[in-house]
Amino acid sequence: MAEQRMSPRVIIVGAGPAGTRAAQACVQAGVRPILLDEGRRDGGQIYRRQPDNFTRPYAKLYGSEAGRAQALHETFNGLKSAIDYRPETLVWNIAGGQVWTASATYADAIPFDALLLCTGATDRLMPVKGWQFAGSYSLGGSQVALKSQAVSIGHNVVFMGSGPLLYLVASQYVEAGANVVAVLDTAPYSARIKALPDLLAVPSVLWNGVTLTMKLKRAGVAVHNGVTPLEIIGNADSGVSAVRFRTGAGTEQDIVCDAVAMGHHLRPETQLADLARCAFAFDPGTRQWLPERDSDGRSSVAGVYLAGDGAKILGARSAEASGRLAALAALADLGLPVDKGEMTSLRGDVGTYAKFARGLAKAFPWPSHQASQLPDDAILCRCEGVTAGDLRGIMRQTGAKEANRAKAFSRVGMGRCQGRYCGLAAAELIAAEADIPIEQVGRLRGQAPVKPLTIAIGDDQ
Amino acid sequence: MSRFVRLGETDRPAITVHVDGAPVGALEGDTLMVALLNQGSVLRQSEFGPEKRAGFCLMGACQDCWVWTESGDRLRACSTLAASGQRILTSQPEASWPNNA
Repeated sequence: MAEQRMSPRVIIVGAGPAGTRAAQACVQAGVRPILLDEGRRDGGQIYRRQPDNFTRPYAKLYGSEAGRAQALHETFNGLKSAIDYRPETLVWNIAGGQVWTASATYADAIPFDALLLCTGATDRLMPVKGWQFAGSYSLGGSQVALKSQAVSIGHNVVFMGSGPLLYLVASQYVEAGANVVAVLDTAPYSARIKALPDLLAVPSVLWNGVTLTMKLKRAGVAVHNGVTPLEIIGNADSGVSAVRFRTGAGTEQDIVCDAVAMGHHLRPETQLADLARCAFAFDPGTRQWLPERDSDGRSSVAGVYLAGDGAKILGARSAEASGRLAALAALADLGLPVDKGEMTSLRGDVGTYAKFARGLAKAFPWPSHQASQLPDDAILCRCEGVTAGDLRGIMRQTGAKEANRAKAFSRVGMGRCQGRYCGLAAAELIAAEADIPIEQVGRLRGQAPVKPLTIAIGDDQ
Repeated sequence: MSRFVRLGETDRPAITVHVDGAPVGALEGDTLMVALLNQGSVLRQSEFGPEKRAGFCLMGACQDCWVWTESGDRLRACSTLAASGQRILTSQPEASWPNNA
């Protein structure tokens, strides 16, 4: 009698570059994965698709990465009938060996043999006094506006922060016809020179970065390096009206604008790894706590795998490689035959991108000192309007020096965004105020639901 | 004055949504956020400060762009498509609870 063996239950969370390549590896191995995606369509944030009735070609939407975007989308199109794709579905918890999901009308709890978390990233933010005003947007958000809706976030836009995305989005805005007033980079130019040896690991991406800066300058955009952001000046009713900053040379300057796109590169969305009880380790390079994984993407929890920027920010190209690699590791662990040679070569790719990412971290350093220099009246938690002074006062009153304890007393990190946008800066502020190393502040624990749920969810549809 | 500026893709069918009772012109494929911020400069009043808000992350992570349907369902304006005939409120409709005390 033939033995009937159930196909392994593989769940992938996220349909960006890592999730798509992971799904492809599963299908090639004869496994039909469930692909859970919060987005309306595949692509994730970096290769986000525009609505069906938009007509801009790939070259216009994705620039130098058009070929990769198109290849990824076409791969996904080819997989659709071979996977169980569930768009607009939030994974809000991982508990009891099940993945808990919610869509607008339907809730589910799905058991799994292997779970691949390809959760992607959000912007890493350093608060600036006045960032609560209407017209302040995250840098990634400003790119989403253009890419998926063909709009600019304002009539006169300033890009402020640091990282490769700062120059990329600013130049995409210029190319699309938006009025970019200035690019204000907190990183000094000298940092980029120091980072060159690592950045040369992926020369094509380095070259893309160089041409972007040249393009901006040719277009007449003011580009300042080594700035210190001082204030987003605005009005409670009408929003942003100017940005005040100190130049690298030390003079204060105001730039009139009605929109600011701000961000310091990205941070991984690690809440689900946390809820799955994966072990975390402090990463001194990014000053963040990140989920641990082996070179193939295995987390500390059996059956849970981590890939793409959701594990560590290594970029979209790396995400394609690490997504496929983690899926192959999962399939191998499930006893399915995989190409060991391919795994070795993917490990090499991921290593190369990791070197480049180290270069980026050196070239565009996270300005941790800005958190401790936030004036007392600057809002730290944008969700609930908690100021830097409020947090300092709570620390003095209660002696709280640990991230979750300080959150409990101050509500910094407890608002709607659940600490995504204030958490890293709050940790820096606490460390500076308490004069302890940042790793001793700890990290905000992931809480279920990882995003607010709507009330009207039934489980019987 | 509008907050957002359209940079292309304007050759789409026009639709009308109602926001706080007033008609707002939009294009098919717009998110609610884009529809609202092409007409005005803000989305809602902050509950915790004096300032008005216009969203922040545009990717469903910050929850700064909440609006409501007339029946009280909460929507993220950045990730909800505008549709003809929609009736949106920019402040949360009053919840009424039975007083059984």
